[in-house]
Amino acid sequence: MQMPEPNSALLARKAEIVARLRSVLPDGVIDDPTETRAYECDALTAYRCPPLAVVLPGSTAEVSTVLRECHAMGVPVVPRGSGTSLAGGALPTADCVILGVARMNAVLEADYPNRVIRVQTGRTNLSVTGAVEADGFFYAPDPSSQLACAIAGNIAMNSGGAHCLKYGVTTNNLMGVTLVQMDGTVVEIGGAHLDAPGLDLLGVICGSEGQLGVVTEATLRILARPEGARPVLIGFRSNEVAGACVSDIIKAGVLPVAIEFMDRPCIEATEAFAHAGYPDCEALLIVEVEGAPDEIDLQLGLIRQIAGKHDPVEFRESRSAEESAKIWLGRKSAFGAMGQISDYICLDGTIPVSALPRVLGRIGELSDQFGLKVANVFHAGDGNMHPLILFDANKPGDLETCEAMGAEVLKLCVEVGGCLTGEHGVGVEKRELMQTQFAPEDLEAQMRVKDVFDPSWLLNPAKVFPLTVSAPRRAA
Amino acid sequence: MLTPTDETELAEALRTAQAPLSVRGGNTRGMAGAGEPLSVAAICGVRLYEPGALTVVAAAGTPLAGLEAELAAEGQRLAFEPMDHRGLLGTGGEPTIGGVVAANVSGPRRVQVGAARDFLLGLRFVDGAGTVIKNGGRVMKNVTGYDLARLVAGSRGALGVITEVALKVLPRPEAAATITIEVPDAAAAVSALSAALGSPYDVTGAAYWPGRGALVRIEGFAGSVAYRARELERLLAPAGAVSVESDADAVAALWRDIRDVAPFQGKAGDVWRLSVKPSDAPGLAARLEAESLLFDWGGGLIWALLPEGTDARARLGPFAGHATLMRAAPETRARIATLQPQQPAVEALVTGLRARFDPRGLFAGAAA
Repeated sequence: MQMPEPNSALLARKAEIVARLRSVLPDGVIDDPTETRAYECDALTAYRCPPLAVVLPGSTAEVSTVLRECHAMGVPVVPRGSGTSLAGGALPTADCVILGVARMNAVLEADYPNRVIRVQTGRTNLSVTGAVEADGFFYAPDPSSQLACAIAGNIAMNSGGAHCLKYGVTTNNLMGVTLVQMDGTVVEIGGAHLDAPGLDLLGVICGSEGQLGVVTEATLRILARPEGARPVLIGFRSNEVAGACVSDIIKAGVLPVAIEFMDRPCIEATEAFAHAGYPDCEALLIVEVEGAPDEIDLQLGLIRQIAGKHDPVEFRESRSAEESAKIWLGRKSAFGAMGQISDYICLDGTIPVSALPRVLGRIGELSDQFGLKVANVFHAGDGNMHPLILFDANKPGDLETCEAMGAEVLKLCVEVGGCLTGEHGVGVEKRELMQTQFAPEDLEAQMRVKDVFDPSWLLNPAKVFPLTVSAPRRAA
Repeated sequence: MLTPTDETELAEALRTAQAPLSVRGGNTRGMAGAGEPLSVAAICGVRLYEPGALTVVAAAGTPLAGLEAELAAEGQRLAFEPMDHRGLLGTGGEPTIGGVVAANVSGPRRVQVGAARDFLLGLRFVDGAGTVIKNGGRVMKNVTGYDLARLVAGSRGALGVITEVALKVLPRPEAAATITIEVPDAAAAVSALSAALGSPYDVTGAAYWPGRGALVRIEGFAGSVAYRARELERLLAPAGAVSVESDADAVAALWRDIRDVAPFQGKAGDVWRLSVKPSDAPGLAARLEAESLLFDWGGGLIWALLPEGTDARARLGPFAGHATLMRAAPETRARIATLQPQQPAVEALVTGLRARFDPRGLFAGAAA
């Protein structure tokens, strides 16, 4: 994976740049090479590069000041939430300033009558729910990293989670932002009211991977916590049958909050690791429904009826909180379990649910062809796949083979009508694959938006677009 | 009138256009600006429908009625409940799915499930240079590149002409009920609606119709609707006398009337549509001194009927939200902007985007 050559003129001016930043932000600048190492990568740890400096502003006004200074000096800025991006969205370049929002983590207002909360975006996803759960509310998007990931990064990547089949992703739960543009301009978009007055700028800001501005405050929709939730675990004789069952559940008019899928390699690895007591089968689904006890019984009854037509190996209905936790245990430890037996990369392509059997079959063939094992675990209800390709980081060339196979799987996702990334974002990881999904004019249209928000292309410039495609703009 | 029959003809028409165009689907929503008429009605047809994947892809000119009938045959629907503007605006024609997306239309269910933009999975459009652009796709989760689909949704034709949309659909519920609470005024209504929306009972409609009361809708499996109706009756009893209507036709008719602002239809005056913070609604409504009012979205949407030529924004003063002039005589329109003026920095972004997507000003007549 390539990154642009750092600007040597900026590297030579490091002392001056740091001094100028420190003059406007005395307590929030890090330039010591030992300390900037903490910011050299995000959760895509295969790629690392310490930044020129790190700034940690404490308010929107400070973010504005810092950005104005960087803009004046022509220094690229890479915004960072908690650094949990799996796509390298917060990967620095040697000539950039990392702007971390971690110090800005306050709840500004919890407004129950209007069902919104306004927070500073350094706040973690889970602690947004934490601020309102005692009053019976929650924030719906729930990426797996929710304990650590920041709302800033959730907005940048339009993060999803296991429960978005019912509640949608970040963009469906984001009502307003305070955005600071690269030149320091502060704009307020949206708020506690619905819909845009004219162009839906909020819609394009969400998911723009920190390239249009730094979001410092956000108004988020909060919802009343459901009365209860209960999962069932269903084992199947084949991936195809499990896939058909998902489709039938959806067609029947039941709308579960989550439908999770695991295949045999994943079941075996998690079973060895977490001892969740999963059945010995080719594929399993975890289906969770919500509501009052009677409503849950009603929905689970329907699901049992539908699953029965697919000759399940097992249908395990939770009868208690402990049993529910046990059903979720294996799924929630899947990534950890795989990590214990091997290094892996986690893909994030989305496919139409109807293409599931074909795609799983083809992934199996690619696995044989590349000589790398694959475990499949994913959000089946919305077709968001997370194939884990196993490799050995100590074996020279294995990472490259793994990445090459990953690229083939993602191309397959596009070919069947899906996309490269469902919730992790493009970052640097999938940047060079963008042309498999988009024609040159599609990418040009997207870059036009950046031209308007950040004409000097200083914000997170080496991400999202293939380097050769963005080169003329970055050089200008 | 230009009537391209496919995307290629449309792109050619845009490339060769010399003057501003007035782009429309069925021209039912009063969005088309001044210029030479261009209709996308002939670019129509459902391209793909997978009920098991909750996905439909349709060309922009596809009539909404036909699309909804096709979904209904599979027990599904467009959950955002697009309103029909014809009665309110006195327009004719046939609403199209492209127009629904271009105007980001929704209805009472918007408060719980979202607007058209929330169900949009992807689209194809042709910009002002005649370039065909696709964005998004047809899958539920997609963060590949910038979300231009949402930027174009609701842009009222200012950035380009939509040719195809992919939408998420949802199952039609088995049953529905309306709970009516007799309330003395708007403040009591918004307070009751807020209690309902803040409950775990999946409220899919929360309106205030002066004279009829505060109205709450629930939908789902019959047993579940009955249970939640009982719970809501108990919860809302302190706000006023509560009654429950469970007849499917009566429930559907009431919410269709709310969706389409039936109480204003055929009445003289200007129609304003305000999106506000729900708890601000009673105070703002009082400032409007309207002849008629209807609240939806728990108070977050205010429909107001004002005497002809009234500038609602002058009566409101500064507030959090926006006011749109929906129906007025041309003389009034010449004097009062259709959309709420924005902060200068936001206007600058909007102007910049319009200039890049429409360099020759073909869509200059579109308000955005």
